[in-house]
Amino acid sequence: MQNLSYYLQLLLSGVTVGSLYALIAIGYTMVYGILRLINFAHGDIFMMAGFFMIYIVSSGIPMYISIPLVLILTVVLGVVIERVAYKPLRNAPRMSIMISAIGVSYLLQNFATYFTGGLAKPYPTIPFISNGITVFGVSTKVITIITPILTILLVIALVILIKRTKIGMGMRAVSKDFETSQLMGIKINSVISMTFIIGSFLAAVGSILYFSYYEQVTPTIGAMPGLKAFVAAVFGGIGSIPGAVIGAYIIGVCETFIKSNSDYSIFSNAFTFALLIIILVLKPNGLFGEKLSEKV
Amino acid sequence: MSDILKIENLVVNYGGIEAVKNISIHVEEGKIVTLIGANGAGKSTTLRTVAGIVKPKRAKITFQGKDITGKQPDYIVSQGITLVPEGRRVFPNLTVLENLKIGAYLRKDNIQRDIDHVYELFPRLKERSWQLAGTLSGGEQQMLAVGRALMSRPKLIMMDEPSLGLAPIVVQGIFDIIRTINKEGITVLLIEQNANMALKAADWAYVLETGTITKQGTGQDLLADESIKEAYLGKTK
Repeated sequence: MQNLSYYLQLLLSGVTVGSLYALIAIGYTMVYGILRLINFAHGDIFMMAGFFMIYIVSSGIPMYISIPLVLILTVVLGVVIERVAYKPLRNAPRMSIMISAIGVSYLLQNFATYFTGGLAKPYPTIPFISNGITVFGVSTKVITIITPILTILLVIALVILIKRTKIGMGMRAVSKDFETSQLMGIKINSVISMTFIIGSFLAAVGSILYFSYYEQVTPTIGAMPGLKAFVAAVFGGIGSIPGAVIGAYIIGVCETFIKSNSDYSIFSNAFTFALLIIILVLKPNGLFGEKLSEKV
Repeated sequence: MSDILKIENLVVNYGGIEAVKNISIHVEEGKIVTLIGANGAGKSTTLRTVAGIVKPKRAKITFQGKDITGKQPDYIVSQGITLVPEGRRVFPNLTVLENLKIGAYLRKDNIQRDIDHVYELFPRLKERSWQLAGTLSGGEQQMLAVGRALMSRPKLIMMDEPSLGLAPIVVQGIFDIIRTINKEGITVLLIEQNANMALKAADWAYVLETGTITKQGTGQDLLADESIKEAYLGKTK
């Protein structure tokens, strides 16, 4: 029976890791759904959110103000990036906007390196969520429990927003047909901004949870979780929100189990990318991806 | 009656060529006006320019006396102009009802009466209210595209080739609807390759050839015109 509790613990931490990937993956998949753009800077927005928290808290601002402030700053960063680096290229070939995204990614990394001197900074401890807790005989931190619950609540809220609200309907329309959406009077730019607001907000929430879990931030730390979240989005079918979430959980759980085995733990990243290759070969549209038959 | 829409000296460059070369079109309020002409004559470009999707090189477009030249599409919709685009372009991933709701995107008042009205005009759509628009037939999609346009409560409805790719019996139905809408007081600006049907329905017609207006007159006059018969109605002398 000691085994069961061990595997339960692994599963729990896999679900937590999966939730963190899911929060980032939604940003990738939504931006792709609307703009057909892989926002390479998304992982670095996540990283910047980490540094925002470190600098805000170290300036003496209390935690209950710091957290909303981090969320707001990250959202502003995401929207500004779209306005400055992507919007002017709206009618340019897709390759140009992609290169712009890669440029923004390096810009943010270099900016963070310059400011921090490239050293890892300890993440502030958020009271309560770092406390220990015992559930079903498994002892863990509160954050391990909170992360999946919060993620699921946010995903449900997002699905309701997209399925039930006017702006959500606008987003679904814009994702299919820019021009006809404009003919309906939909302001394309505000729908695109909304997409970046949601994506950056979730990345900021993910960053608070992720760094509370891993406890330090470096300028390049966004790359790996960003890449894995991206794999999750592709795995689930890029453009599909449920797909991204399910993909993220599968990757999170599998990765945690592989890491737990000392013989194979070194291959945990390799596993993620092998999965990407297999998916691309067998099911290029991912689990829930839209068919590639484009509009006539 | 006065002109609801006036297009003066419109010049549009599109894809590197001058697609529309200095044309002027007047649409009288409450009428059906049609633009006929071959493919590439500049008909679609003209409508898309009025709708704000394409920016003109030079023009003065006034709607109800207000200058709307080069304005954003959402402003133009808010003024009471709507375009039913070529190829219907319903949102396939939205339900029929959602497609109608999105047609009223800019409105903040109650839209239930308009939905009921569209369902009255097109009972078929009511039956399929919860179906995804992508699963409708071509004719049903055209009904939906027209219904969606009506949802913005337009004063002027512009239609780009509504009969394209539809069976003759369905085309007849579409033209009946155009007349019905017009009788309800909405001005119609219609472009068609099916010149015969368009001229029969129209109060006034313009003939567009490679970006220039070559003829205009009442629908009846143009129907009787020998050169029009030859070029657009498929009849020999």
